[in-house]
Amino acid sequence: MTHPLDALYRDIILDHYRSPRGVEPLDSADVCTRGSNPSCGDELQVQLKIKDGKIERAAVKARGCAISVASSSMLTEVIEGMTLDEAVEYGEKIRKMMHGEELPDDIDLGDLDALKGVRKFPVRVKCAMLAWVAMLDAIRKYRDGEPNDSNIEITTET
Amino acid sequence: MTTLDALKIRKDFPILQREMNGHPLAFLDSAASSQKPNQVVAALTEYYHKYHANVHRGMYTLAAEATELFETTRSKIAQFIGANSTREIVFTRNATEAINLVAYTWGETNIKTGDEILISEMEHHANLVPWVRLCQKTGAALRVIPIDSDGRLDISELDTLLNAKTKLVALTRMSNVLGTINDVAPIFAKARKLGAVTLVDAAQSAPHIGADIAELNCDFLALSAHKMLGPTGVGVLYGREELLNAMPPFLGGGEMIDQVTFEKITYNELPHKFEAGTPDIADVVAFSAAIDYLNALGMDAIHQHETEITAYALDKLTAHPWLTIYGPQSAENRGAALSFTIEGIHPHDVSQFLDSAGIAVRAGHHCAQPLMKALGVDATTRASFYIYNTNDEVDRLCAALQDLRKFFKL
Repeated sequence: MTHPLDALYRDIILDHYRSPRGVEPLDSADVCTRGSNPSCGDELQVQLKIKDGKIERAAVKARGCAISVASSSMLTEVIEGMTLDEAVEYGEKIRKMMHGEELPDDIDLGDLDALKGVRKFPVRVKCAMLAWVAMLDAIRKYRDGEPNDSNIEITTET
Repeated sequence: MTTLDALKIRKDFPILQREMNGHPLAFLDSAASSQKPNQVVAALTEYYHKYHANVHRGMYTLAAEATELFETTRSKIAQFIGANSTREIVFTRNATEAINLVAYTWGETNIKTGDEILISEMEHHANLVPWVRLCQKTGAALRVIPIDSDGRLDISELDTLLNAKTKLVALTRMSNVLGTINDVAPIFAKARKLGAVTLVDAAQSAPHIGADIAELNCDFLALSAHKMLGPTGVGVLYGREELLNAMPPFLGGGEMIDQVTFEKITYNELPHKFEAGTPDIADVVAFSAAIDYLNALGMDAIHQHETEITAYALDKLTAHPWLTIYGPQSAENRGAALSFTIEGIHPHDVSQFLDSAGIAVRAGHHCAQPLMKALGVDATTRASFYIYNTNDEVDRLCAALQDLRKFFKL
């Protein structure tokens, strides 16, 4: 039986929500930022370990709705190994996609393709973008030499 | 069937006949803002069609008529809350602005370092943020009455929290999250004996159980029209006349003055001293129709309906082990704001699912972040009921929650 929300809550999204990847905090992150949607209760903390201009490891501790948690989980998988420039470019592409722009065919979104369903629910776009906005902010902070956000204890709920 | 004939009442609210996402709308978010009956909408339209002119100034008949309508609402509010005089009724934009008015005028001239302001852990940001800011500005200390495990005020330490240094006690009469109806009168009585001023946030309570300033023992009271069938853009500050007279004005401009030169300004008498500029005339006039509507039903009957639907909803919702209701678990001294969480799924996703079934609820922190922290949650889903809601809608909510668990494979 189909349901109008099937496009939003694709199985892959619920899978990432139930078993988010990249939640283990990094021992020594090079940059740490937090992002939040206080109006609906989503909070997350992005940590990046950067070596030779590449993202060696990414970790996101997210507490929030299925969309924000799933998106942050997918983010940790996809940006590892990217250079900072590549990660910024990719993040901007995700932002464009979420705001309805068509992407060139050669972009392989992998699991992130499932987030396209969020576009039909504009109120949820900011949930999907939360981790990406925080990631872009983290890279900007790193490049500008800004101090980290203090490590907020975000305990992930079951 | 409850005390009110909700089906008859619903006929006055055409919006309740609409669909949302292909299902009949079940509007369970009146705590955020109530729907308006035809009578209020008609009053608004009629005002603009027949009576509009700026108030308090015009020399022509039309302006006198508009002024009369405007001031009639003021009298009705004074009666509704049992105020002695219309001089004690100030129109603002909403309850939030009313409380800010007190903080900026009474607060800044009366609070200093070493003083204490007492609020509670369950306050809405409107009755929290202005006091935190005032304390930061003046060096006063903020004290907080905690909540107990039942979601009620824990007054076991009241004698410490409320003391000779306390200058203001500001409490909500009904929590927009927990539904708790607070017995503020004895707390305010103690406060007044100690020389403190008392303020009640009646934004949630006035629409559902009425407000009587003598019963409440309050020096100030704030409410919002839009939560009690009235239009948006209108709030009320009640203030005891002696206090309002002693307070400096809030906003400056036309209407609130008496004599103006570049060197010196004298101010208008109450309540106009606190009503600078052209007010939201049309919405104040339409608010009158809302008060009439509530009075016609009777606040006692409304309160009774509230208790009945709350009891019904609590009974059905607490039956599920996977659902946690916050606040008092019984309908006694409890209003119909029901915040809950469902195991394994975030409130935001709960709301999304209910939305797809035509059910409007709210998710988030409900403008009460410290309360969320005290409850140990980031966010809850909240269903709230008012005069036009029925037990059938409670049933629909429960059925949808069962469907939700199937959809998310919980």
